[in-house]
Amino acid sequence: MIEIMNISKNFGDKKAVSDLSFNVVEGEILGFLGPNGAGKSTTMNIITGYLSASSGTARIDGIDILENPTEAKRRIGFLPEIPPLYPEMTVKEYLGFVYDLKDCRFPREQHLKEICDVVKIGDVYKRMIKNLSKGYRQRVGIAQALIGNPKVLIFDEPTIGLDPKQIIEIRHLIKMLGREHTVVLSTHILPEVQAVCDRIVVINEGKLVANEKTEDLIMAVEGTRKLVAKIVGPEADVLKMLKSTGGVRYAEMLGKRDTDSISYLIESEEKIDVRKSLFYNLSKNGWPLVGLEGMELNLEDIFIRLIDKEKNEQVKKKRGVKQA
Amino acid sequence: MIAIYKRELKSYFLTPIGYIFCGMYLAVSGITFSYTTLLEQSTESLPTYFLIMIAVFAVLIPLLTMKLFSEDRKSRTEQVLLTSPVSLTGMVMGKYFAALTVFTATFFVNSFNYVLLFQYGSPNVTTIFANILGLFLIGSAFIAIGIFLSALTENQLIAAVTSIGSIAAVLSLKFVIENIGIEWIRVPLKWFSILDRYTPFTQELLDVTSIVYFISLSAVFVFFTVRVYEKRRWS
Repeated sequence: MIEIMNISKNFGDKKAVSDLSFNVVEGEILGFLGPNGAGKSTTMNIITGYLSASSGTARIDGIDILENPTEAKRRIGFLPEIPPLYPEMTVKEYLGFVYDLKDCRFPREQHLKEICDVVKIGDVYKRMIKNLSKGYRQRVGIAQALIGNPKVLIFDEPTIGLDPKQIIEIRHLIKMLGREHTVVLSTHILPEVQAVCDRIVVINEGKLVANEKTEDLIMAVEGTRKLVAKIVGPEADVLKMLKSTGGVRYAEMLGKRDTDSISYLIESEEKIDVRKSLFYNLSKNGWPLVGLEGMELNLEDIFIRLIDKEKNEQVKKKRGVKQA
Repeated sequence: MIAIYKRELKSYFLTPIGYIFCGMYLAVSGITFSYTTLLEQSTESLPTYFLIMIAVFAVLIPLLTMKLFSEDRKSRTEQVLLTSPVSLTGMVMGKYFAALTVFTATFFVNSFNYVLLFQYGSPNVTTIFANILGLFLIGSAFIAIGIFLSALTENQLIAAVTSIGSIAAVLSLKFVIENIGIEWIRVPLKWFSILDRYTPFTQELLDVTSIVYFISLSAVFVFFTVRVYEKRRWS
């Protein structure tokens, strides 16, 4: 649905995006990650036609954004980092304006009502945008992106500045939209990616660092998975069983947390998921598993590890060239 | 283009700018008209009225144009315009015609002043019509200059001040030319001078060259505005 091929963008001497390529297939929710200044917004602006790439091609549904911008833009709904709202307008006036702007063919009132129902802004439909809370403004921003029912939705940090309740609501909304649209979501928040995205593209300094399924990427970066399990059963026997479970590299008791269950730290071998084996072994012994939590890395750790990995590979390549 | 035109037109009257422009235009024009013609009981000073109105346009028209692009750029609302299936030319034309509509509507209401002249005498219809046409074309060109300068900045105040300064500079060209003795500099400058181009209209002439000049001037600045956005997209 989205094809990004060797895109580069220079701002004067600074290279914001460098030879970036990735695809997004139809119906996928793609998480677009990177530290500040990595080139995420620039890439999104190129995909949406707001900026032109210095070189390379961006295609939406097979249509080149530079060769046929009008047709390509009909297929995109874009929510920039700052929702592009006119504060002096009411929600109704604003959505009506975007409807006209996109030259929408759906029945006007019905289409706008459906969108308002989806993003839950029906109760503020006739209010001035300047009087709305940040959460509602964000929803109005999403609503304008949905007008015209575009195949592709691009959200640039849609939950930034929202309170936890609003963040959860927006995540649910994006997840729901992902059932009918192809979504590209830029964010800094790892739980957001894990909760919402099917696949992750990580960029740093304008270059592609990783492009993998969410689970695979996190596993690949973590190397080992750390779990905390709460188990009811004889302490020594449980620990012995845990250590003997295939794929478990290390296990230790963390202590009693509840009256009858004991917490254990379990570390698996690289790229092995031991959760199923653990469950079956515990079940076989009749020891109830009353809690299982993953001790996962945060986004900063993932960035650092990915970037370090990339640097190490570059150093290895350079050494290889010198030796050759 | 029509969606942008309608939004901008409505926006003038959702904010005070539209009312300020219309009110000041009609008030200043009414007072000037009264002093130059009605109180004099003569149409001899009518050319003075039209010249004063050109100077008034230099200050008032930037009020109409200052926010057209700068505000969108500052508040980032331009992103919804530039990522929608509307061409850059369509976007610029929509905004240009919105400002032109407010100007034209006020200009039309103000034209009832001229009807009063016929209550007191028999003024030359051709003279009045030619001057009105010239004044309208100058206003249209000033709007184009104003939107071009608004597209260069995200600060409304800077857009207004540079527009007033640029229009004043263009108007003062006539007086500069008069003091230039060198023929090869004076002649091309005279060709570009707005006030020199306006002179035929004061002489009851519907000079086609001048009409084409003013329409071209507007078209060139609308084109420059489109180019500003194209350049920003690529740079």
